[in-house]
Amino acid sequence: MSGPELVVDGLTVRFGGLTALDALQFRLSAGEFVGLIGPNGSGKTTFFNALTGIYAPASGQVALSGKDITGLPPQQIYDAGITRTFQRLRLASSLSVFDNLMIGNHRNLSHGIIANLFARQRLKNEIEENVAKSRLLLEQFSAPLASRLFDPVSQLTMIDRRRVEVCRALISEPKILLLDEPSAGMTHEETRALMDDLLASRERMPGLAIVLIEHEMGVIERVTDRCVVLNYGEKIAEGSYREVASNSDVRTAYLGED
Amino acid sequence: MKSNRRGYWPVIVTALAAAMFVFLFLYLEQQWEIVLLAVGLIAVLFSSARFGLLRRVELAASDHPRTTIMVNVLAALLVIVLLRNEHFALLMLATVCLYVTICLGLTLQFGYAGIVNFAGIAFFGIGAYTAAVLSLHSALPHLLVIVISGLVAGLIGSLLILPMLRTRGHYAALVTIAFGILFRTFLEVNDLLGGPQGLKVPGMQVFGWSLNDNISLGPLGAVSFYASYAVVALLLAAGAYALIKRLERSWLGLNLDAVRTDETAAASFGIDLPRWKIFAFTAGNCLAGVAGGVYAMMSGFIAPASFNFGDSLLLVSIVLLGGSGNPLGVLPAALLVVVLPEKLQVIQEYRLLLFAVLVILILRFRPEGLLPRRMREYFAGWGR
Ligand SMILES: Nc1ncnc2c1ncn2[C@@H]1O[C@H](COP(=O)(O)OP(=O)(O)OP(=O)(O)O)[C@@H](O)[C@H]1O
Ligand SMILES: [Mg+2]
Repeated sequence: MSGPELVVDGLTVRFGGLTALDALQFRLSAGEFVGLIGPNGSGKTTFFNALTGIYAPASGQVALSGKDITGLPPQQIYDAGITRTFQRLRLASSLSVFDNLMIGNHRNLSHGIIANLFARQRLKNEIEENVAKSRLLLEQFSAPLASRLFDPVSQLTMIDRRRVEVCRALISEPKILLLDEPSAGMTHEETRALMDDLLASRERMPGLAIVLIEHEMGVIERVTDRCVVLNYGEKIAEGSYREVASNSDVRTAYLGED
Repeated sequence: MKSNRRGYWPVIVTALAAAMFVFLFLYLEQQWEIVLLAVGLIAVLFSSARFGLLRRVELAASDHPRTTIMVNVLAALLVIVLLRNEHFALLMLATVCLYVTICLGLTLQFGYAGIVNFAGIAFFGIGAYTAAVLSLHSALPHLLVIVISGLVAGLIGSLLILPMLRTRGHYAALVTIAFGILFRTFLEVNDLLGGPQGLKVPGMQVFGWSLNDNISLGPLGAVSFYASYAVVALLLAAGAYALIKRLERSWLGLNLDAVRTDETAAASFGIDLPRWKIFAFTAGNCLAGVAGGVYAMMSGFIAPASFNFGDSLLLVSIVLLGGSGNPLGVLPAALLVVVLPEKLQVIQEYRLLLFAVLVILILRFRPEGLLPRRMREYFAGWGR
């Protein structure tokens, strides 16, 4: 448990002439909660996309628990235990909360054609186990949400949708959870509630490491152990919130932007 | 979850009403009667969807899946008995059942996996020609021939989808359009397949019994041989329906929905996009191919002119009219789209134009179709 879970070495992503991520060095240990901050367009989402196989890195290496996972397709990154949420929600809003959670639980379900079509009793048991599992997870997040397990996501409020997206990423019990601005579009109170839920779920899943992209500094200060600051694709600072907040480069980057 | 299961009487009442409707729709000849029935059907479907009546029937049906299938098959058999010596009406009924089968395949492809297929009739045609060639040149039992017809259509489809996997949206649709048009041209220039004149196909033999023989059923008197084909087509459609429903109520259906709604999200949760697209496309085309095999033996003669691109558009309009992704919607939609042009001479000539207008109206005013798709219910009593 002590060695770093995720080691990112010189990760670079280019879009034509634009270097969106520039030789990033990054380490994450099991159980850590790291904040990823930086002005708009500084490469935070690009980092997540390169980690999860959505973008192919131009150079650099990514290793998870000692295994090289650089450039693997998203499916294999998920199977290796890295899950994420998206900056702009990517839930299937016409499907139920349960269906969305089960999309997140893909690797624990049986997908054989025969098993699904002709072993109905076994399938039914598997579905019932997963209903119970989903209920439990939602209840831990917010009790009222658990009662909406069978409702379509389109009928939920923004904060509940965010919760469902986080639960979809958590239900497969990943090693690493990547959260891309989960508080976007939420009020301060809602953000606080969501962060409390996150901290609580971290208690229940020891070893789960979280990387959180967040613009709200108060949130970063409250929940993270450490933070990393990006600017124009480069890491310009790293350390505890206090260290980073007093760093002069960080101040100019933010003042220049805001 | 098992508690408060409903009675199944709404299912029985609905099935009987539907059977009476189908009988009248196929039996009556007057133009005004047909128009009245069609308008009535649409009105009943719309209002029962609006006032929750439909929901009650659906809940009852979902609580009693086996009874529902049995009652509906019996009701459909009743229609066949009532029409027993009406050749033309029975032929139409069988055609509707075959179209339902193809459209259930399209539902799998488009409604679930989101793959547009404008070559539905070409896969139907592949099945028909496969059945024709095999029954002319081999001694294989006909049931096996029909299965092979489906497999050949599925196989050719799975080759076609390979280039489609690399393209997105409109380009994939263009690939199927090109294929649908090329298919007919290919048939026309291919002398081995009879060229533009087509092929004669022997009638279906099942366990030594020839479906083309006229039968006399005791007190029912003379029965058209089309009644036998109608029964075969009906069983095929019922089987396809049961299979599609099962698939939808499993993780397979969920995977396909995930692929359709958001490919990036699906991939990020381990869903193998090519695998599920190939699965949906192949399985859907198999259904079309099997229907084509039955069609060839039933009509006794097939020619390229029976597999027009326009017919593929009719198939797509059935799926959209019924409610994309809802197998139940395919039933009334196929009935209307297949039977109306046959019964109303006015429509016959302009049917493509009319259905094009219909599709535009649906997409504009009611994109969810006559019977909008419901949430997935994995098993009876789900979520209650
Ligand atoms: N697919 C893409 N094609 C081209 N350029 C891209 C692509 N994705 C991101 N970029 C560019 O890369 C840079 C980094 O973008 P990124 O989305 O990673 O920023 P971010 O830090 O997440 O910003 P925000 O806080 O606004 O979400 C930006 O200049 C962006 O325009
Ligand atoms: Mg971003």
